[in-house]
Amino acid sequence: MTFVVDLLAATLRNATPLVYGTVGETYAERSGVLNLGIEGTMYAGAFAGFATAWATGSPLIGLLAAIVVGIGAGAIMALMTVTFGANQHVSGIGLTIGLIGLSEFANRLIFAGGELQRIEPMPIVNPLAGLGEIASIFDQYALTWVAFLLIVPAAWWLLQRSSFGLEIRAVGENPEAADAAGVSVARTRYLALMIGGALMAIGGAFFTLALLGSFTLDIIAGRGWVCVALVIFGRWRIGRGVIGALLFSLIFSLQFRLRILPGFGELPFELLLALPYLVVIGALALSGRNVAYPGAYLKPYRRS
Amino acid sequence: MTAHEPALELRLITKRFGDLVANDAINFDVRRGEVHALLGENGAGKTTVMRIAYGLTQADEGQILVGGRALVVRSPRDAIAAGIGMVTQHFSLVAPMTVAENLALGRSTGLRLKPGEAGRDAAAVSERFGIRVDPSARVEDLSVGQQQRVEILKALSRNCQILILDEPTAVLVPAEVDALFATLRELVADGLSVVFISHKLAEVRAISDRVSVLRRGERIGTVDGGTDERELARMMVGRPTFGVDRPTDAAQPSGAPILRIRGLSADGPHGLPALSDVSLHVRGGEILGVAGVSGNGQTELVDVLSGMRRPTAGSIAVTDVELAGADPGRMMGAGVGRIPEDRHASLIGDLSVAYNLVLEHLDDFRRGGRIDERGIRARAADLIERFDIRARPDDPVATLSGGNIQKVLLARVLSRGPRVLVVSQPTRGLDVGATEYVRSQLLARRHDGTAILLVSEDLDELLALSDRLIVMYEGRVVGEVAGADADLEHLGMLMAGRGRAA
Amino acid sequence: MRISPWSTPVLVLAAVLITFVITAGPILVAGANPIEAYTAFVITPLTSQFTLLEVLVSATPILFTGAAVAIAFRAGYWNIGAEGQLLLGAIAAAGIGTLVGGLPGIVALPIMVAGGAVAGAAWAFVPALLRVRFGIDEVVTTLLLNPVALLLVNGLLHGPWRDPVTGFPESPRIAASAEFPALIERSRLHLGFLVGLVVILAAWYVLSRTPAGLRLRAAGLSPHGARFAGINVSRTLLGAALVSGAIAGIAGVSEVAGIQNRLTGGLSPGYGYTGIVVATLGTLTMPGVAIAAIFLGDLSIGASSAARSLGIPSQLGAVVQGVLLLTTVALLAMRRQRSGRTGEADKGGSVTGDVAAEGQPG
Repeated sequence: MTFVVDLLAATLRNATPLVYGTVGETYAERSGVLNLGIEGTMYAGAFAGFATAWATGSPLIGLLAAIVVGIGAGAIMALMTVTFGANQHVSGIGLTIGLIGLSEFANRLIFAGGELQRIEPMPIVNPLAGLGEIASIFDQYALTWVAFLLIVPAAWWLLQRSSFGLEIRAVGENPEAADAAGVSVARTRYLALMIGGALMAIGGAFFTLALLGSFTLDIIAGRGWVCVALVIFGRWRIGRGVIGALLFSLIFSLQFRLRILPGFGELPFELLLALPYLVVIGALALSGRNVAYPGAYLKPYRRS
Repeated sequence: MTAHEPALELRLITKRFGDLVANDAINFDVRRGEVHALLGENGAGKTTVMRIAYGLTQADEGQILVGGRALVVRSPRDAIAAGIGMVTQHFSLVAPMTVAENLALGRSTGLRLKPGEAGRDAAAVSERFGIRVDPSARVEDLSVGQQQRVEILKALSRNCQILILDEPTAVLVPAEVDALFATLRELVADGLSVVFISHKLAEVRAISDRVSVLRRGERIGTVDGGTDERELARMMVGRPTFGVDRPTDAAQPSGAPILRIRGLSADGPHGLPALSDVSLHVRGGEILGVAGVSGNGQTELVDVLSGMRRPTAGSIAVTDVELAGADPGRMMGAGVGRIPEDRHASLIGDLSVAYNLVLEHLDDFRRGGRIDERGIRARAADLIERFDIRARPDDPVATLSGGNIQKVLLARVLSRGPRVLVVSQPTRGLDVGATEYVRSQLLARRHDGTAILLVSEDLDELLALSDRLIVMYEGRVVGEVAGADADLEHLGMLMAGRGRAA
Repeated sequence: MRISPWSTPVLVLAAVLITFVITAGPILVAGANPIEAYTAFVITPLTSQFTLLEVLVSATPILFTGAAVAIAFRAGYWNIGAEGQLLLGAIAAAGIGTLVGGLPGIVALPIMVAGGAVAGAAWAFVPALLRVRFGIDEVVTTLLLNPVALLLVNGLLHGPWRDPVTGFPESPRIAASAEFPALIERSRLHLGFLVGLVVILAAWYVLSRTPAGLRLRAAGLSPHGARFAGINVSRTLLGAALVSGAIAGIAGVSEVAGIQNRLTGGLSPGYGYTGIVVATLGTLTMPGVAIAAIFLGDLSIGASSAARSLGIPSQLGAVVQGVLLLTTVALLAMRRQRSGRTGEADKGGSVTGDVAAEGQPG
């Protein structure tokens, strides 16, 4: 029983950065832009959040800094792909390389390779505490609560039920029709990328501000890429993407815990770590055939 | 707007595209509560003149008046503000979104947050104009007829007084056409003005109060909607102009057909059938012309014969070799030369003229493992001269003029001595010199015994070049005539959907 | 002779200059003088024989990955997985390297290189198959296999290949005959550099002089036009993906056989991703890749030297790479816009025209 409770709690916890990242990337891709800068954005968010929290003593201000960095990263991606119309794959990789480099550069400058600095991580909150063992599933960081109870429903509602979300979706499907209806394609894409960037950065900051309380190199370890896969797996829908994030996180959390069970100890722990990635690829192979990408995916818009 | 002024008036509208005069001093007007049809073949200029009225393009000369007042219309937004709405052939709808969402797009003001309102607004508009749509249905799930209704509703919901419909029945089945006409009659009774662009005689006569016929950019005349069909057809197609001399040296076509198509069916965009049970044959040394307004299945026919589209049924045989569903390589291997209508997509613009000329049979230019550059250059130089291509071998194809691009395609295909030639719109957009050249090339091939399938919107061209003519309408072959005996009125009627001959 | 401001060499030069202007920011923040920094970065490594050779050493792996990425991109196949393919090649080299001890170098080395190539191609196979058969976007699949490859490396190093003597996560040393000999006495410049040049030359030849290369370029420029002309685009893509993986695999062999002589955890600090920078900067041509690889090798050595002499963190090198990639691709897009040619835009993003130098053969 404890095993299950512990597993579920870990699943929610580990899914948090994936949820932020996947929702953020969904916004970008729904507007028609593949944002491969997500890995770098999460990284930069993690670092900026940590450094600011360390300098100011307040994780909240750190979070704010991460958001600002994320918005900036999104704006750069928009500048490249919307204003310049540059190749989206290469722009995203360039942004990732640049942001990771910049973060490590700043890390070196500020912390000068000395001993690992730590900050007081954000607190764990549980309004259901004391209601028995099962309630300990909800011993989660505030950012996790916010992710599932606030961000996900709000992001879904904004995308599906508001005029702004309507414009994002239209611009991603048929920018000519949107343009003809008076929607500014460029402005909408900029906003979608900036919102997406902010969310991605929060996802990255979760590692440093909550989970670990410190910043290490390779802290994101490819989870940005996982989010890109999850968006496709989720068919560009917020709900399905979140489910994908939870599934990935479940497998990820499971493999950690399986190792202590008899029989599993012999399996190399790297194999188990690799399992979630392989499952995602497998899921894509099974369900990703000829999926309906957003109509304007990867195409810069120029009024002809 | 008084009752005496026309709702919309176009005066002396002239539009040129380079040397081509698409609209030549067109006068046109439509009154309140009237359906005025614009009738003509492709290239007649009817879509162009209305695109000008809707602000999608600008006239070189002329005036637009709405309710008697001259207007400057620079974009669809100006047109919409003036009360002009247009439903084009390619819908401006976002497919995966619902009807309500499509109607709401771009119309929100203020806070940009609008839960549920879209649905209510859609229902209200639907009610107001009496056009039944399901606001919560997704556009891509709707039939094309229903999608069109959404487009009309979109236009009406912006208070349009003048509704332009461009070939609205091109994508509708008869039942939907009836429904559309019923709706139009109600709207017109309420005072709406409708401009009905079409090439279909029966429908034009059924719905219009007046008909203006355009041909080659000129308005031939404006007559009552009930005018006799044959008269309208005659106005539409006119008389053949001078062209290439009819092939009098008719090298008798060899006996058996080289190209034989039986029961060919294929789907078009949206997965709807575009070709239905098409059968035809072409003999060696014969040009079979395929007449018909574009959009009646010709593109799909050429796509299938090019190997770029798989048919859903039927057989294609070239000298008894079965080729239905074959890919381009096999088609070429069987001796089929292909010159489709989209030149740019059939060549590789960023590659040089020389490479494009040999791309279909690169393996003939190998020396050991490498490309025989000298051989290619020699071949290219030869073809450039033989086919009068005004370009250098290293020029990227995309930098060439339309005429020269077509010559590159011609050279590529003809230089290999194909048994069958499938060619579509060979002279579209070309100047007089290039046009003459292309046509003479086709005739030369004919003389050499090639079986030629010629698809063209240019009836004069078809009449000048074809030994036999078939007409395609709505994906079927609706008639066949011998080139020399072609009765233009009859052809016009067939093209416009009247008179299904055996 | 008028040189157009938009000609490729000028464009790349402009990208470099703009990049240096932008990265002057972080340099200033680090408390250094940008002019001194760029001198240390770009010029200093070229001033002594020792550092010059180190530049070439540094350029070696990215010669391979740059070529690998360029070939794939040229075909319209977005191979972002060169990093993982490199690691698989390294694994193969480390494994084969310990087995060929009895063979003379002239036999052992080709076997290792071949093994690494096969391993890299194998790692590239599944994403390529998924793309060609099922239309599944290769960007995500190749990308996700990168962390998996790294896990594979770590799994081997912490498990069956852990050095039995030291207990460190390093594989046993490869046989002496499996090592790439040094090209110049007492330098680290090894045979891998020559192999890299040979690969570049061969790739250039195939791309610009053979029918297969022309078909590959055609497929990347216009899949529809290529298909129309009878080219089997699926097969071409698959071939390009496998060749790309194979070359990236050889990069891994080069690092193991030439530098580390064993499999280590930190074998690749992102050479696969740097390969994307090299390929783009070289506008997807082989001569361009060669020049770009040396330039980036120069920057990499320069970054270390600037770290020592000026106190600028060496990670600035990565910042420069990222900004360089962005400015290059932005300028290429602007040039494309001006010429009014937008090429064919498939869902798969096969618009290589906006990254490749237009009309260039090799």
